[in-house]
Amino acid sequence: MKKTGIINRIIAFSNVDGPGNRTAVFFQGCNLHCLFCHNPETIHRCVGCGMCVGKCPKGALESAGTVAGEVTEGAGAEPVPPVLWDPSRCVDCDTCIKTCPHLASPKVQYMTAEALRDKIRRTAPYINGVSFSGGECTQQRDFLVEVIPLIRELGLGVLLDSNGTYEFEQDPELLAMCDGVMLDIKAADPDFCRLLTGAGPELPFHNLDFLQRAGKLEEVRTVLFPHHPEQNEATVRAAASCLRPDIRYKLLRYRPFGVRQEGLDFLGGDITPESESARLAEIARSLGAENIVPV
Amino acid sequence: MSAALDIIQDPTLTYHQELLALARLGESTDDSLRYSDEYYKAKDSRALCDLNEGVMPYRPRYICPDYSLLFTKGCAFLELDPPQDLAEALNALMILYHHVPSITSFPVYLGDLDALLEPFVLKEDRAYAKKLLGLFLKQIDKTLTDSFVHADIGPQASLTGELLMELTEEMQLAIPNLTLKYDPAVTPEDFALKAVNCMLKTAKPSFANHGMFVKEWGEKYAIASCYNGLMQGGGGFTLPRLRLYECSLAAKSVEDFLDRVLPYYADLQFEYMDKRVKFIVEESSFFKTNFLVTEGFVKRENFTGMFGLVGLAECCNHLLGITDPKKGFGLNDEATALGIRIMDRLSELVEAHEAPYCESTGHRYRLHAQVGIDSDGREDAPGTRIPIGAEPAMLDQLAVNEQFHPYFPTGTGDIFKFEETYLKTPEAVLPIIKGSLARGLRYFSGYLENNDVVRVTGYLVKRSEIDKLTAGKQSLNNVTVFGKGAKDFGGALDRRVQRHEEDRDH
Repeated sequence: MKKTGIINRIIAFSNVDGPGNRTAVFFQGCNLHCLFCHNPETIHRCVGCGMCVGKCPKGALESAGTVAGEVTEGAGAEPVPPVLWDPSRCVDCDTCIKTCPHLASPKVQYMTAEALRDKIRRTAPYINGVSFSGGECTQQRDFLVEVIPLIRELGLGVLLDSNGTYEFEQDPELLAMCDGVMLDIKAADPDFCRLLTGAGPELPFHNLDFLQRAGKLEEVRTVLFPHHPEQNEATVRAAASCLRPDIRYKLLRYRPFGVRQEGLDFLGGDITPESESARLAEIARSLGAENIVPV
Repeated sequence: MSAALDIIQDPTLTYHQELLALARLGESTDDSLRYSDEYYKAKDSRALCDLNEGVMPYRPRYICPDYSLLFTKGCAFLELDPPQDLAEALNALMILYHHVPSITSFPVYLGDLDALLEPFVLKEDRAYAKKLLGLFLKQIDKTLTDSFVHADIGPQASLTGELLMELTEEMQLAIPNLTLKYDPAVTPEDFALKAVNCMLKTAKPSFANHGMFVKEWGEKYAIASCYNGLMQGGGGFTLPRLRLYECSLAAKSVEDFLDRVLPYYADLQFEYMDKRVKFIVEESSFFKTNFLVTEGFVKRENFTGMFGLVGLAECCNHLLGITDPKKGFGLNDEATALGIRIMDRLSELVEAHEAPYCESTGHRYRLHAQVGIDSDGREDAPGTRIPIGAEPAMLDQLAVNEQFHPYFPTGTGDIFKFEETYLKTPEAVLPIIKGSLARGLRYFSGYLENNDVVRVTGYLVKRSEIDKLTAGKQSLNNVTVFGKGAKDFGGALDRRVQRHEEDRDH
């Protein structure tokens, strides 16, 4: 059966989602709920509660009357989402996202693999490749397996951007068709990691080891927090000490923009200073990492 | 007060700027080069514009000397022998530049500097070569005080090109304008990336579609002034413009515009160009006695006339009754398709007109998408550009450009403003340039959001210099005043910024 990709947004030209100029596809839905997530509306899928519909100042939303949480196949081939979004009326004021109590967004596109391929066909002449991000793209694994071969037919490579909680070792089919994984290592301390993301650090670290042995680790990323220097250091030490020296390690400074209240309460409203990323870059270097990119 | 006194008392003009203004005033006292009454009527209605070329041309508008002759034969008139080392080469060029006229009285083409200088640069120690080139650039910036002064490099990589770009970054000068003739098959990736990096920081070089220009002009072409494709050893006689928006006001319908109005105004522009070209060749002394001609630095048969236009977007929108530019040309398939029809029609008209003294271009004029002047205001966007403020996402803007750029062998281009993060990722900019050139883009310019040196419409100015003029002080660069006008009246510095854009279907 044909799968439908649920896509939060497509960025035609991105310079921050992998090497070069890339089209970045952000899938809707994530199995983690990181407190520092700067686009928390990508975490859950729309449940069809309809709360956003009445709030939209432009009348761009409409309840489809479908079963909550499910995407229903319509009479034709096109699936019907629980809330219908009319992009031609939408002014991107994001009132719907601010209203949504479920960390979801009605502004998503339900696309077949062919439809996504056709969108990427337009950007293909200008890009180095495609990056699948999210949310967590591996949550829509079956769709990925349908669409990646179509994108490869356009002569483009594909990178997956993952939160590290997918069992890559168990999925040689998916891994074989993509060029690599950009892997988050969010924390090393198990308690802190669970508090921060809702899951432990074991699987991401296992993936780091497995993916680099499999030649599929494109880069590793860690977000550094302004008020948790000891946790930053524990994470960076753990990651850098098992990372192959040539693999790119991005140290991203936490920025409070888009972070929900719960996250701000825990992590604060400050941007991590550059001195902190410089400090940790030095530590990573002392452990043998050579390709460190502070952002 | 007299016009002369106004000039003499203007506190914002440097001595040299006063001199040029007075020369223009003097030229305007003769009216022996006359045109038809219809022409003057069209000019008064703003449908035609002569770009203030002056009523009595005493030189072609753009002169692009073949500087290689200076290096092989020297120059008898200037008593220059062929230079033997880098210092002599740069000295000889500076001397020759001083004597190259143009509409601005400054040389609009400084040569393909890498090809000219590389043999000398390679003979010197790198640091010494860089020092000399730095002095050369400084002298250009402080004596050829006009941003239409333009140098070319590429498509090959060279130490000269590399040093010029290093210096451009370090010195942050608005002059000279700089183009990389770019051919991905010839230009090495790392050299092109250096050019991107330099472009982001200093708004130059721009990237010219080398393959496209070579097909039209042969290997010996020049990119001069803003982005003008011309022949080395030749140039452009004249560049008047149709203001297409004002032209469209005379049309009753789309068909009326294509069948009657456009040919009418095109004919009047031909009349202007024909008379002017003949006057420059037959009456003025330039082609008879100027040493650039008599010694072969330029040949009369390598000149052509440039048929300019602005305001295609506003023209299409008006003809289709579209009042919101965000729903018009470039963002609306019907309006863009009309743009193609208009360009096809205009190309036919230009192709059908036999042009005097344009041997190198088959006795035909060549189209030019003129970059706009401050007095165009918001009525006419440069050439075929989408008006500032209405630009769609970069992908869509490129796609529109790619359809229109092939029409303009004597030049067109578009400018893209990037947000700061691109400075760290020049490798994300190069594929965009490469992809769009492969799809028909002729000329790509870019700069970073917060630069001091910025590209206004085709030329470069410093924001800090505009601020000087705004404060009633003098600016050495003759072009700063145009930048101020374009900023104040055309919003030219407020173009869309390439950020992480959402590619939604609206």
